[in-house]
Amino acid sequence: MGSQGGFYQSKEFLDLVKSIGEARSKAEEDRIVLNEIETLKRRISEPDIPKRKMKEYIIRLVYIEMLGHDASFGYIHAVKMTHDDSLLVKRTGYLAVTLFLNEDHDLIILIVNTIQKDLKSDNYLVVCAALNAVCKLINEETIPAVLPQVMELLAHPKEAVRKKAIMALHRFYQKSPSSVSHLVSNFRKRLCDNDPGVMGATLCPLFELIARDVNSYKDLVISFVSILKQVAERRLSKAYDYHQMPAPFIQIKLLKILALLGSGDKQASENMYTVVGDIFRKCDSSSNIGNAVLYECICCVSSIYPNPKLLESAADVISRFLKSDSHNLKYMGIDALGRLIKISPEIAEQHQLAVIDCLEDPDDTLKRKTFELLYKMTKSTNVEVIVDRMIDYMISINDNHYKTEIASRCVELAEQFAPSNQWFIQTMNRVFEHAGDLVNIKVAHNLMRLIAEGFGEDDDNADTKLRSSAVESYLRILGEPKLPSVFLQVICWVLGEYGTADGMFSASDITGKLCDVAEAYSNDETVKAYATTALMKIYAFEIAAWRKVDMLPECQSLMEELLASHSTDLQQRAYELQAVIGLDAHAVACIMPSDASCEDIEVDRDLSFLNDYIQEAIEKGAQPYIPESERSGMLNISNFRNQDHHEASSHGLRFEAYELPKPAVQSRIPQTLIASTEIVPVPEPMYPRESYQTTMPSIPSDAGSAELKLRLEGVQKKWGRSTYTPATSTSNSTSQKTVNGTSQGDGASTVSSMRETYDSRKPQVEVSHEKQKLAASLFGGSSKTEKRPATGHKAAKASSHVVEKSHVPKSSMEVASEKAAPAQQPPDLLDLGEPTATSTALQLDPFKQLEGLLDATEVASAVNGAPAASRSPDIMALYADTAAGIHNKNDADLLSGLSNPSVTNMPGTTAMPQVTQSSSKGPNPKDSLEKDALVRQMGVNPSSQNPNLFKDLLG
Amino acid sequence: MIKAVMVMNTQGKSRLAKFYEYLSVEKQQELIRGVFSVLCSRAENVSNFIDAESIFGQDSRLVYKHFATLYFVFVFDSSENELAVLDLIQVFVETLDKCFQNVCELDIVFNYSKIHTILDEMVFGGQVVETSSSEIMKAVEEISKCFLSPFLLSCVKMHVDDVRFSTFALFLI
Repeated sequence: MGSQGGFYQSKEFLDLVKSIGEARSKAEEDRIVLNEIETLKRRISEPDIPKRKMKEYIIRLVYIEMLGHDASFGYIHAVKMTHDDSLLVKRTGYLAVTLFLNEDHDLIILIVNTIQKDLKSDNYLVVCAALNAVCKLINEETIPAVLPQVMELLAHPKEAVRKKAIMALHRFYQKSPSSVSHLVSNFRKRLCDNDPGVMGATLCPLFELIARDVNSYKDLVISFVSILKQVAERRLSKAYDYHQMPAPFIQIKLLKILALLGSGDKQASENMYTVVGDIFRKCDSSSNIGNAVLYECICCVSSIYPNPKLLESAADVISRFLKSDSHNLKYMGIDALGRLIKISPEIAEQHQLAVIDCLEDPDDTLKRKTFELLYKMTKSTNVEVIVDRMIDYMISINDNHYKTEIASRCVELAEQFAPSNQWFIQTMNRVFEHAGDLVNIKVAHNLMRLIAEGFGEDDDNADTKLRSSAVESYLRILGEPKLPSVFLQVICWVLGEYGTADGMFSASDITGKLCDVAEAYSNDETVKAYATTALMKIYAFEIAAWRKVDMLPECQSLMEELLASHSTDLQQRAYELQAVIGLDAHAVACIMPSDASCEDIEVDRDLSFLNDYIQEAIEKGAQPYIPESERSGMLNISNFRNQDHHEASSHGLRFEAYELPKPAVQSRIPQTLIASTEIVPVPEPMYPRESYQTTMPSIPSDAGSAELKLRLEGVQKKWGRSTYTPATSTSNSTSQKTVNGTSQGDGASTVSSMRETYDSRKPQVEVSHEKQKLAASLFGGSSKTEKRPATGHKAAKASSHVVEKSHVPKSSMEVASEKAAPAQQPPDLLDLGEPTATSTALQLDPFKQLEGLLDATEVASAVNGAPAASRSPDIMALYADTAAGIHNKNDADLLSGLSNPSVTNMPGTTAMPQVTQSSSKGPNPKDSLEKDALVRQMGVNPSSQNPNLFKDLLG
Repeated sequence: MIKAVMVMNTQGKSRLAKFYEYLSVEKQQELIRGVFSVLCSRAENVSNFIDAESIFGQDSRLVYKHFATLYFVFVFDSSENELAVLDLIQVFVETLDKCFQNVCELDIVFNYSKIHTILDEMVFGGQVVETSSSEIMKAVEEISKCFLSPFLLSCVKMHVDDVRFSTFALFLI
């Protein structure tokens, strides 16, 4: 009963709460609250209100603000209340100000003084209230005002005060690390506090400090381990037990800290093994909090230097989680699995069925978590199934945030693992169609590039097929309403470039479609610009092929509209189109060569083709060109005059003496020119060609030549081949992963090196297969898997690093791998690598591939860090393929894994051939149906609809 | 760190809202609405965790627990463990239960400032400082003891209105 005391509110407040509770509509509620605000406004400014009454008004204000109404008129009264002597009133005041004000509010200045006084109070409850306010209301500027008092409180006799003082100091650190950096050592000191509660609280700031700078806290590993040991051995008083667990929250914090400290540090990790192992054993997995500690142990185990025993216990716990009925535990299990497969990918295989269950679970949270897991375990063998599922899910959800994320993941996976370009294009089409405007524009550029590049081999036939299938699919898709702008840009570009290339569609078909696009999306200028350029290309190709060009009437009207467009870009394009149509076939063929988007633009930097013209001009009496370097020596008149002219034109007459020209002036003009060319948006890959062409007539003047040169340089930077910008040439082989693989690469390099990445794609594809092949032949022979998680971990860690950062020079890595590999393996195995196989990696026959997969089983144990890092996804793939290998052999086990006792009773041989066959073939509806029938026949009722599915996902 | 603690009823009425980073009133309302719209679309028997990044931005998770007519919601970042936060909610509710003997929605509505006091003893500046409900109880009782004596006096002096008194008596029972 006593506890009810101080918090009692008056009847008026109860009535207010009640009437709001009974309000039937939002409008009614608003009316009641507005009424209340009026009442409070009136009452609160009355003179001589009893303190108790005032306190209640403030509580009512807080309540009103919680309901979303403005209570700012009462803030000042709340501030006044903090000055009060009575603890009751003061606490209410502090509560109100912490809820009302932010640290930069004007009224804070009125509170700081009170806080200072209260921090020195004898009553620890007052001090606690003030510390509470400190956390919320003190900003960087006011920290010095209260810092000395807070520091004193760290040694306060009451543990509650010490605890809060530490938190306040932590808060200061969060807000402005520099202002308390000299006091950080206090956290270490408080770790030895007599009170375990204070020690536990200290772990919060220490966790953050360690997360920022691991190395300066390595010395604490021993202390943390011994604390954790004591806690786990129940050395703390019973008061800290929670659901029969000894201080679980402290254990969790400590495990988190150890995970940070042990990450990649073998020595530190070794200190932790025993205690973590103990906790695994002791933890009670029947309570929620016990599972929380277990989960934290898994996180810790997967972060520190791996230990096989601990990994085993972690895997056990995960399987317990996944088998549990609780969705919470399943969620944690999936999350933990995602952490652990980085180290030991094979464990995913045991849980394939559970993972599929989670994927089909009605619980959205669980589903998303599972997709996250699948994303982590995607490899080239299962990418089709996973991405397909992801896209289906993406279509089904409305949450734009998550849609964007999942779309970018689909793109990333498709770019990384695409089994064929055909598939890639189809997948991209689906992504664009359903989440087009949420996808990064770079993805669209990538797609266009891929279509233009084709397979990157000399097999023109395949390329043509690919393109015509792309064209066909786009013509079909165009029929659908409301396509996203980015997708339309791709479509227009591809139609323009390849629409008529294979002769299946006539120019009028394509141009008609393009005009439709421009008309249907008439307020999207970018799409219109793409469509116009595409039109120009189609007509240019027609003219170049000596065919007669008839402009469609709708096209003509479109051009007329564009010629008068407000957008200069559109106008320019329309005029260019007009000009091109007027030219003869030969000229057009020069301007717009067919299928040349990937060709390099040869730039004659010396402008030697102008020599005749110059000669002629000089003969007519023109001044010969003097290079800038020579001119600067004489500070020539022309330059001077140039400047005069410039300034006169801008300012009118000048009467004071001209100042001496500064040398810098010379470079000013070119600089701006460069800048301007750089700034010019280049929304279309055809642009360089156009600009090249359009600037040609302006060549014959000094300034003109300079300009042309510079302009080309700007253009070259974006589009040119690396041969002539030496700086970028080396990046060809190195940057593939960033640019091509992940769309998060830095924007500048991705956009500007479009051309380079075209080139880089080809060698990359080869390399990956080459390596796979190499690894397979290197480590082939033994089919038994002997995974040493230690090395596996190293590889996986390094590889994850590459996936994230991915700027490891590929070539050097390759060298490393080549060096490292022979050292480990008997040389006779090397002979298995046939040179022909490496060069024609893309045409591997399926048997070879399967063989390769089986052979790859040893890779896990033998590959050391360096080669693994060089080609991370593949190594992961190999791991997984390893799993596939085991899969084939242990299919009887697998079926028992299907979790039905009746299966295990069956002789394993009946099921074996079926499974082996299907696993070697990958997704196949017929197989899966057969399998399904078989499984049903045996009385298994698989919880997933398609039992074959997990093989694709996990096999 | 914990970003926000919310208690709302199944109709979406906010009963308690505490944000550990300052947010404008409008933003707070928006978040509360966002959370509620997600919560009420959740089926029974699903997990208590929600991916809250679309509501609260990067690196935020949400754990909720449904008790009778109330949702208890904690929003936090990756430095906390979901299952542990679920137990934190349990501690919070257990403490409320001890304070109010069979806590119900009305208790939370009518004892607004006390709920805040309890929460402040548990979560301080976004960090969990106390997880033992008996310790929290002790601290809260110590605070209310200070209030009780002057408060009772004033009650006796001022309250003639018996409706008020009866409500008070109701709470004492």
